[in-house]
Amino acid sequence: MPADSPNPPAPLVACHECDLLQHDVPIAPGETARCVRCGAELARNPPDSLDRTLAYTLTAAILYVLANAFPLIGLELQGRYAEVTLFAAVRNLWHIGMQPVSALVFVTAQLFPLLEMLMILLVLVPLRLGRRSPRLVAFFRLVLSVRPWGMMEVFLLGMLVSLVKLAHSGSVILGTAFWATAALILILTLAGRAFDRRVLWRMSHPEGA
Amino acid sequence: MKPALTARQAGLLSCHVCGQLAQAPLDANQRSRCPRCAAPLHQRKPASINTTWALLVAAALLYLPANLLPIMVTSSPVNHQVDTIMSGVIFLWRDGQWPLALVVFFASVVVPLLKILALVYLTASVQMRSRHRVMQRARLYRVVEFVGRWSMLDIYVITLLVALVQFRGLATVDAGPAAVAFGAVIVLTMFAALTFDPRLIWDPLTDSETADHD
Ligand SMILES: [Zn+2]
Ligand SMILES: [Zn+2]
Repeated sequence: MPADSPNPPAPLVACHECDLLQHDVPIAPGETARCVRCGAELARNPPDSLDRTLAYTLTAAILYVLANAFPLIGLELQGRYAEVTLFAAVRNLWHIGMQPVSALVFVTAQLFPLLEMLMILLVLVPLRLGRRSPRLVAFFRLVLSVRPWGMMEVFLLGMLVSLVKLAHSGSVILGTAFWATAALILILTLAGRAFDRRVLWRMSHPEGA
Repeated sequence: MKPALTARQAGLLSCHVCGQLAQAPLDANQRSRCPRCAAPLHQRKPASINTTWALLVAAALLYLPANLLPIMVTSSPVNHQVDTIMSGVIFLWRDGQWPLALVVFFASVVVPLLKILALVYLTASVQMRSRHRVMQRARLYRVVEFVGRWSMLDIYVITLLVALVQFRGLATVDAGPAAVAFGAVIVLTMFAALTFDPRLIWDPLTDSETADHD
């Protein structure tokens, strides 16, 4: 295989799922570009990406504080009452000897979703203020590596299943944090849809290009 | 089939983070970094097939204790109930809560098993350089990537129940050893999906075209 082929013409992209080279055609606002061979999403052009992503992520950060500061579920059983926050539940698992499971829940439901939001803000706020730095782009790599491990939507379903299971034993009270988590997932979905990574790539200046 | 040129055929590396194309180094052993985002560049994910195999074998071994050992222990003055994942599902079903039973059954039993089997099929077919059902296999990989995370459901349910139901003398819920094995299965299969390189599914197509042209 010859390694000394000419420099790539600028408007080419390789599909990340099948490696096919194709032209990086401009996309109309709201449209999605897909690989002609395998159909993988290559790029999107959500309107007003930077401002909307920032607004959604800031909202999400506030909801995250509520979702973690207040109890998720309360349970009343024959006159006795118990309620639990996410962190208390994680700490409880740790103390009963389930440290690996406790760590897994902490990372997937609490730590990584927080890191993802903070890192997006850390990259987008300077960008919004007009600061451009390739180092921010390098930093954004971390966001992509924590993303697959954030599972708040699964956690929400877990809360719903727990509610149904508990409904037998006593009266169940939905806490503030339950609603905050539900709203948080909705807002994070909107933030994900509004975000266009190419905003970031555009602000960097590749050497030799 | 019309000739298609891939980045690899053109001697280019595409960054897995930002999609930037870069010239592959002349020396294949030389490590290069993305000129735009500084991520390490690889033609394909390094040691993809072997790593995926190793993770899948570990996940398959742990799938057994995850399903056979108790995952939850419920105690009250009148009974002491030890549940595996499956007996928990059956309990919900008998209780008339069959929609919930189905959700838990799919998330905890079907998804991890299908994910392991699908990745075994994908990795084996890639290793044998199969040129059949390429599009179907590409779609299968996308499904595997998407559904895997939902297996965490039972882990979250246990976390909440164990923390909440601690009424001494009335009712307590404890976690069993299967929770650790089950958590490990989820983490291992997620890593297996991440180390598998979907581009390997397509490589045999373009490789044979190159051979035809030479
Ligand atoms: Zn493709
Ligand atoms: Zn890059």
